Amino acid sequence: MSQLLILPVILPAILAGAIILIARNTLNAQRAISILGTIALLALAITLIQAPTQSYFLGNWPAPFGIALVLDRLSALMLLLTATLALIVLIHTIRTGWDTKGRHFHALYLFQLMGLNGAFLTGDAFNLFVFFEVLLIASYGLMVHGGGEARIRAGVQYVAFNLLGSTLFLFALATIYSTTGTLNMADLAQKLPQIPANDTALIRVAAVLLMLVFAVKAALVPLQFWLPGTYANAPGPIAALFAVMTKVGAYALIRFGTLVFPTDLPATNTLLASLLYPAALATIAVGALGTFGTRSLPRQIAFAAIGSMGTLLLAVSAFTPQATAAALYYTLHSTLATAALFLIADLTRCRRDGMTAALYMAAAIAMAGMPPLSGFVGKLLILDALRGDAIAWAAILIASLLTMIGLARTGSDLFWKSPSTEAPAESKTAILLCLAALATLTIAAGPITSWLTLTAEALHAPTAYIAANHLGGTK
Amino acid sequence: MEILIAIAIGTLTACGLYLMLRARTFPVILGLSLLSYAVNLFIFISGRIKLNAPPIIGEGSQYTDPLPQALVLTAIVISFGMTAVLVIMALGAYLTAGHDRVDTDADPEDQA
Repeated sequence: MSQLLILPVILPAILAGAIILIARNTLNAQRAISILGTIALLALAITLIQAPTQSYFLGNWPAPFGIALVLDRLSALMLLLTATLALIVLIHTIRTGWDTKGRHFHALYLFQLMGLNGAFLTGDAFNLFVFFEVLLIASYGLMVHGGGEARIRAGVQYVAFNLLGSTLFLFALATIYSTTGTLNMADLAQKLPQIPANDTALIRVAAVLLMLVFAVKAALVPLQFWLPGTYANAPGPIAALFAVMTKVGAYALIRFGTLVFPTDLPATNTLLASLLYPAALATIAVGALGTFGTRSLPRQIAFAAIGSMGTLLLAVSAFTPQATAAALYYTLHSTLATAALFLIADLTRCRRDGMTAALYMAAAIAMAGMPPLSGFVGKLLILDALRGDAIAWAAILIASLLTMIGLARTGSDLFWKSPSTEAPAESKTAILLCLAALATLTIAAGPITSWLTLTAEALHAPTAYIAANHLGGTK
Repeated sequence: MEILIAIAIGTLTACGLYLMLRARTFPVILGLSLLSYAVNLFIFISGRIKLNAPPIIGEGSQYTDPLPQALVLTAIVISFGMTAVLVIMALGAYLTAGHDRVDTDADPEDQA
């Protein structure tokens, strides 16, 4: 049993505590600790992505009685994505001085990473709730970082929406526990097919409640109302980091949809897929129309992010290995593309010169899904996986066109009608890194997709994941 | 006993949802608190209702499920903390904006 598995959760928690205790008043020490911590997390993620599926039992209590952290390919992939994004966003924050606009930025940032890593690693449904709360409470602090009336008022909405989501999550978990007597995800996967027929209605209710909670996180229509206000009012780098928060919802939907409620489970059957499909189509439509109709750049990017979640979840709703692999590729792409756009939007607040315009064009092309960047590859993979589904094809293609027109119009307004080079040149390092990551994703699309195909096949036949929990009691 | 608890949970949820839909932050916070009370009761009875039984396997055949009690403690702590955060943020919003309406329609960006 590898002890490395607990580090992505413990390390940021210890460092965040250290920042509050010993580096409270020295910004440079805070910056050093959080940069080094994020680099360590990236190194850890690179190590873990090569590791086989394995588990870590907290306090050495065997599953399903204790809490198990389970690492499989999907968890490792999400850890790597989080660490990469976290490092890029942190560099941008430090170079632009956002962390000087309020106290405790770095501690909250590390707690946020702890919550994200924990949510991706945990193999226990109740523990998933706890890590959701950890990442949310840190995100509340980060969202209102820097203060200001509009930001705090948008923050109150964001908190209230998510508290309601947490309540639904608890209702769902208690329903599942009362019917099956377990909350370990692998144990649920084994016990759910055997539940008596008169309990299946309860399981269906719980499955739909859980899906609602994850849909709130993933900003699925009609539960997307919190996202535009939150992302548009959050500090620029934080909005960029939040690009991975919606992916937590997508991750949970993929995990529960393939492991706990697979389409061949008699109790739920294709219930989740049939609910997810129309919701994803509506999300694509709302995202595209929002991008088309909004004039302010951060708000427009928020709608583009909603649209990309729709495309992503449309692929997820097919629940086939090929579509899941495409969805995973698109997850990587849309997180980095959304983050790049938010960082550029942050830059354009004070400086709009030729270089920024070029960066904006590259990121907008990636977001809209035009060649040559990875958005095109991602959408192509999804279209290929959904071959024969004319509605899905039409939705994705029309939405891409609307997104492109919307982003192009805002770009020309921003850079041609009101150019400004007066402000001191700010660092573009982080944005270049983000675009470089997108370019890598495009160039290495072949090896990455074949790796993701294996990941998706393992997700749809989760014997290794279940075996890693050692449910029989043998270790 | 079951009917009593079911009615209590239902009433709390209904009141909580009604208050959540109000347009001021204070009723919304009260509504969220009521909802968290409802869900805490719900988790607590998800291990079934057993009277006069210890949460330990051993003496006698009667025992009550200890796990929901642990879960409900976690849920209480988390919802308490979250409510505190929400109260502080709502206070901050009230003090900076001068009113406590929930909607953000007055955003200058939206009117442009």
